[in-house]
Amino acid sequence: MRRTAGLLALAAGPVLVLGVLFVLPVTGMVAQGFWADGRFDPRGVLDVLGRPRVHRVAWFTLWSSAVATTASVLLGMPAAYALHRLALPGRRAVRAALLVPFVLPTVVVGVAFRQLLGEGGPLGGLGLDGTPVAIIAGLVFFNVAVVVRAVGAAWESLDPRPGEAAAALGASPWQVLRTVTLPALRPAVVGAASIVFLFCATAFGIVLTLGGVRYATVETEIYLLTTTIYDLRAAAALSVLQILVVVGLLALAARLRFAADPTASRVTTAPRRVRRSDWPAVALTVLLLVALAAPVLNLVVGSLRVDGGWSTGNYRALGGTGDGSGGGGALLVPVTTALLTSLRTAVDATWMALLMGLAVALIVTRRSHTPGERRVRSVLDGFFMLPLGVSAVTLGFGFLITLDQPPLDLRDSALLVPMAQALVALPLVVRTLVPVLAGIDDRQRQAAASLGAPPWRAVLTVDLPVVWRPVLAASGFAFAASLGEFGATSFLARDDNPTVPVVIFRLIGHPGEMNYGMALAASVVLAATTAAVVLAVERLRVPSVGAF
Amino acid sequence: MLELRDVSVRYGDTTAVDRVSLDLPTGEVLAVLGPSGCGKSTLLRAVAGLEPLAEGRVLADGADVTSTPTHRRGFALMFQDGQLFPHLSVARNVAYALRLQRVPRDLRSARVSELLELVGLAGHAERLPATLSGGERQRVALARALAVEPRLLLLDEPLSALDATLRERLAADLRGILTRAGTTALLVTHDHEEAFALADRLAVMRAGRVVQSGRIDEVWRAPVDEATALFLGYARVLRGDAAATVLAAGGLPAAAALAVRRSAFVADDAGRVPATVRSARVTPEQVRLVVDADGVGDLDAVAPLGSLVAAGERVSLRVDVTRVAALPADNRA
Repeated sequence: MRRTAGLLALAAGPVLVLGVLFVLPVTGMVAQGFWADGRFDPRGVLDVLGRPRVHRVAWFTLWSSAVATTASVLLGMPAAYALHRLALPGRRAVRAALLVPFVLPTVVVGVAFRQLLGEGGPLGGLGLDGTPVAIIAGLVFFNVAVVVRAVGAAWESLDPRPGEAAAALGASPWQVLRTVTLPALRPAVVGAASIVFLFCATAFGIVLTLGGVRYATVETEIYLLTTTIYDLRAAAALSVLQILVVVGLLALAARLRFAADPTASRVTTAPRRVRRSDWPAVALTVLLLVALAAPVLNLVVGSLRVDGGWSTGNYRALGGTGDGSGGGGALLVPVTTALLTSLRTAVDATWMALLMGLAVALIVTRRSHTPGERRVRSVLDGFFMLPLGVSAVTLGFGFLITLDQPPLDLRDSALLVPMAQALVALPLVVRTLVPVLAGIDDRQRQAAASLGAPPWRAVLTVDLPVVWRPVLAASGFAFAASLGEFGATSFLARDDNPTVPVVIFRLIGHPGEMNYGMALAASVVLAATTAAVVLAVERLRVPSVGAF
Repeated sequence: MLELRDVSVRYGDTTAVDRVSLDLPTGEVLAVLGPSGCGKSTLLRAVAGLEPLAEGRVLADGADVTSTPTHRRGFALMFQDGQLFPHLSVARNVAYALRLQRVPRDLRSARVSELLELVGLAGHAERLPATLSGGERQRVALARALAVEPRLLLLDEPLSALDATLRERLAADLRGILTRAGTTALLVTHDHEEAFALADRLAVMRAGRVVQSGRIDEVWRAPVDEATALFLGYARVLRGDAAATVLAAGGLPAAAALAVRRSAFVADDAGRVPATVRSARVTPEQVRLVVDADGVGDLDAVAPLGSLVAAGERVSLRVDVTRVAALPADNRA
């Protein structure tokens, strides 16, 4: 009884925060769709779901995500093998670098792909700009790292002896792969694929920058409906649809992940020398790396070109507000100011996400003593994972329409954007910390207690030495995610106080070569910042970082 | 020192520990012996304060500690695998509880060296746990548990994680250390050898209940039923005519059932039970036989080293009455 009460007391903080900042906005958003003139009326929602454009959007979301997921898995598998099982020179650095595309701000990636595929770009002749192929390529660019990391970690901790036994029984390397290795990896592959599908289906910045109005997914359609034609009912209807699908997918992913958590056991096999039979995998990996590096390098090159010559002009222009049509700037504030805003916002979002994430991770990993306590714990566990299931756009929009009245008028609060970003980053923090805390043998704490350590002292002795690195890594990850966050921020950031992704999006929306050049330069600065943070995190060697 | 009064622990509908009462006088070592899953570890954790009691009371030195949290009980718990703090050196691990009690530094380091000396690890103070062998880790865990002179030491299968040779050596050491330190200890194990090596008293547990308890030789000489006898290392239990034949041959009073050890039957010309040898195997200590005894059936027996017995030969068996135990009739398990 007392333990359950204590648990509830500990959980009260995060529950309250999540209730006000998450449940309230999301239900507010959903209610928009179902209530008309103060009465419950679901006809509007059904009506929206019957529209041909909605059908087209939903279908496009599904098939583009499915194709992108399949491509990510196919391209990621050889790299997972080559980078996690073979003694390739520099594989650690490459593995770290692979994390960069995943955390690059979505808007930046969108800009990079347009620069690569658009008119005048190196691949402009292919005519892929503004096609579904470009969108899918962008999604794969982001998510292939998820496959490499998740499957690679599983591959690394795979016992090599069954494969050796099969080889001794006469199986060729290919047969070993097909009959022994792939079946053993299946949980990891399916788990990674379902998470990638989820990320693709809720991708926002990349689809918005590359697809515009023509190729909308459910996520961007919600944005377009609310910001351009103010059809809140339709937006709410789509949000409901998306929440249902995503929560279903998440439940599925959680079940699949439960089958084999690649971070749970860290029995790693030493990488082995490259054999002839490994060459195809190595070659495919090199190709993948080139393909991933190309848009980024091209972006950097593009940012340094002005009027056909090399120049740092685009970077120098970041101190200004760009080239507006009516004589003023394209922006209300200089990009450098936006950069400061971004950094400040990210710091706030990071500590918020960290505080919440730590509390949540502690709550869900402690051993339950009674069935009642276990039930309370599993309910909380599911509750805290909810933000993963709701799109950032829905969240941002929900903030906008529910937190605008006293006593919760946060519209003008400087904390509004950080709070939304913290919620978006929360699952990331929790996912990094939970495997670490769950990996601590509870008997360590019991040993400390039996030697006379009070509970707080046991935490200091047992948990802190193990958890400080993951906490640091999670902070870095949350910081990077917050720097690049676009979905929720695009709703909430005010024009006179924007973050860098918002500024970039605005710049590419304005005509003018200077604006485009500034967008490229700002993208490089933002990308460099997130990359630096994530590479620093990677140096901490926390296995659970980036394992979703 | 320790008294358990009708202690029960339940998980939902399952009763892991069922109304257990035990007494452990100061300075003695009590072994709770039982097969895995019998609730002995749960009992130990309940005594440590790590499992809430469904009913009953735990008393230490006459005071009720049932609702005292673990860290205020003053019982040190030593886990099966030591559970050393991996980021602390051996010395810091041992000093852990002393630091909690704010023992001054010089006293502390003196006590740590003394304890490391006691467990035979004097040169290992600055090593990290990961660099130690299993046996060494167990010794550090013991030193850590003994550091604050706990009023009760709780041991969870302290030797079972070790290999056979190491186990035997550490058992002797552990016994010596406990005696010298005058520590009261409660130990749970599934291994009767471990219990005999360490304990003064024995409680046999089965399905959550204590089925027999007492001084170790009393329990050993008079197991309360067949399952207990087998668990204590008796090889077979004979009944009816077979039991009667052996009892008569040993000159013992009649009983319904008789537990016999492997070495209870010795091939000896003066023996009174005729038997046919089925197989013979030479071991370093003696020749081990499996025989078919007339009117008894299959039995294990031994012959002195050097005796030349082979399968198919007839032998006579002498009954060693110190190695059999008559069982009460009504306790067929």
